[in-house]
Amino acid sequence: MTTTATIGTKKITIDPVTRVEGHGRVTIHLDEENNVQQARMHIIEFRGFERFILGRPYWEVPVLVQRLCGICPVSHHLAAAKTMDRIVGGENLTPTAEKMRRLMHYGQFFQSHALHFFHLCSPDLLFGFDADPAIRNVIGVAKDERYADLAVQGVMMRKFGQEIIKATAGKKIHGTGAIPGGINKNLSIQERDMFLKDIDQMVEWSRQALNLAKNYTVEHLEDLASFGSFDSNHLSLVREDGAMDIYHGNLRAIDAQGEPIFDQVDYQDYTDYIAEEVRPWSYMKFPFIKSLGPEEGWYRVGPLARVNACDFIDTPEAEAARKEFMAVTEDKPNNITMAYHWARMIETLHAAEKIKELLNDPDLQGTDLVTKGERRHEAVGLVEAPRGTLFHHYQVDDNDQVTMANLIVSTTSNNVPMNRAVEKVAEEYISGKPEITEGLLNHIEVAIRAYDPCLSCATHAMGQMPLIVELHDACGNVVDKKTRD
Amino acid sequence: MPVEMSSIKKPETDKNAPLGDVLVIGYGNPGRLDDGLGPALAAALEKETLDGVTVDSNYQLTVEDALPISQHKVVIFADADVAGPEPFYFKAVKPGKHVTFSSHSISPRSVLGLAEELFEKVPAAYVLGIRGYEFNEFEERLSTGAQNNLQHALAFVTNALKNRTFTEVREQNAPAETNNS
Repeated sequence: MTTTATIGTKKITIDPVTRVEGHGRVTIHLDEENNVQQARMHIIEFRGFERFILGRPYWEVPVLVQRLCGICPVSHHLAAAKTMDRIVGGENLTPTAEKMRRLMHYGQFFQSHALHFFHLCSPDLLFGFDADPAIRNVIGVAKDERYADLAVQGVMMRKFGQEIIKATAGKKIHGTGAIPGGINKNLSIQERDMFLKDIDQMVEWSRQALNLAKNYTVEHLEDLASFGSFDSNHLSLVREDGAMDIYHGNLRAIDAQGEPIFDQVDYQDYTDYIAEEVRPWSYMKFPFIKSLGPEEGWYRVGPLARVNACDFIDTPEAEAARKEFMAVTEDKPNNITMAYHWARMIETLHAAEKIKELLNDPDLQGTDLVTKGERRHEAVGLVEAPRGTLFHHYQVDDNDQVTMANLIVSTTSNNVPMNRAVEKVAEEYISGKPEITEGLLNHIEVAIRAYDPCLSCATHAMGQMPLIVELHDACGNVVDKKTRD
Repeated sequence: MPVEMSSIKKPETDKNAPLGDVLVIGYGNPGRLDDGLGPALAAALEKETLDGVTVDSNYQLTVEDALPISQHKVVIFADADVAGPEPFYFKAVKPGKHVTFSSHSISPRSVLGLAEELFEKVPAAYVLGIRGYEFNEFEERLSTGAQNNLQHALAFVTNALKNRTFTEVREQNAPAETNNS
């Protein structure tokens, strides 16, 4: 943890934010009275990953894009495959192909959400935001007799989801399951039976985790309602009947009161509705809803947005949980940042229910795996990744090579909301006192973690990740710079 | 704002299950140049099909690795290293007692610590740090230097696995084991 407080320059830097993907840097700018003027979360992301795809044959892309992110390779795999389905005219998948992909996707959701909740979020909830960070981590949870079971459950749920991915994508790394127009394998009876043996336990643990998240949120509602929270728009895919659907659907955007901004938009036309702004201080793009403009058009994605935006969830226990969730805000969108955790656990239970439903579907043992149709040169593919809506957009020439690629990843969409959350927390904990307290650090981390951001594209070589801290004066001059290996 | 736990039962794990022999985990992102050294070593080692050696590969170490780790007598973590000695180092690693969990990935010390805390077993463990040089582009290849280092590391670890002799290889400038991997 590096912290820098420089009163003269009125800028405070916190670097890195712990227990989120990769690492990030937060700068808080104070005015002359030491009130928070602006807070920014800087995400160190490579802008070059679209170039990585250019010139490659389209059929390689669903495998290739998994290298973009070691955290959620399945999301990129499926979004790219969906795009290339359209390139080969094979978007109407066979039942076996679509259900295998859905099983892969629900497996990914299950393991990703479980990991985040049990190993990243639960220390905050179990020990309190102000607890010593030396204890407030997954080892602290494992060491505490009251909670040790939770840490084991997190590992076992994660493992279950990873095994689903392995069985559907072919392997944990460089999965090849989804191919343009379909899938390259079905699920064997042996694989199915192995998962059926454990699925009821997974559903049960999901129920318990949901209760933990729900009870925590309800019990602390008064405090959480103002913690890093703000009104926002919400965006997600929904099915044609309004149901939550993380694999396929149309785009729906609602405002903070639940009023539609647009609905059932075919995502092939996303550029008519979503634009991306570049800001000089960040490598990231800032997507916004065109009709509202860049100032008002930012939106949240991910579990909170999905639960807010959908009309219902098509599995019984998750739907009952959604109704409880929405009742807290009288069926209006829930804009409490910390409610992300509750929403995430509703989705975890939904994923478990869906996995069970799919495992009992004989279509998974079908042999009709691939379809094709009229060739196209441009297509868009979307999925709801665990962290939010993921856009892939490609153009392919007559030589089958990709000539244009544009990706909007979920953490990019949550860029403005995370900045808002940090600013709200900073306003509460820092104004008037130009110092970084442990409490401030803890609360900023907790607020950012609610979004489960993916901050880097996953190099994890030992010794890498030096921390670079720069201090800028009011004129933008660098007055100090520190690096820590 | 701590919360009281509900009655969640600890899942049953068989603590008397026979232990496997050696587990080698090669991790890193092959799409980020030399960050793919770990998976490249794993892929090469798999072709050797050594008796009693299980080879795994992933983008990074994760918490669920604690379970298979707890089920083996010896574990070798193979990863790229941005600043270590050339061509590689090989050193013992112990469970971490104070863990900084900085992301969804986890360090060898931390995952050993988890194995110890959660499953009450911890293997003899080693880190094989293979020196890499290029990391900051999206490209799927190893640099010439990294390829050379990989061959040295592969020859060393293959011999070690065949003989079940795990001797530390440290250089004067070998880095301390960190939680940054």
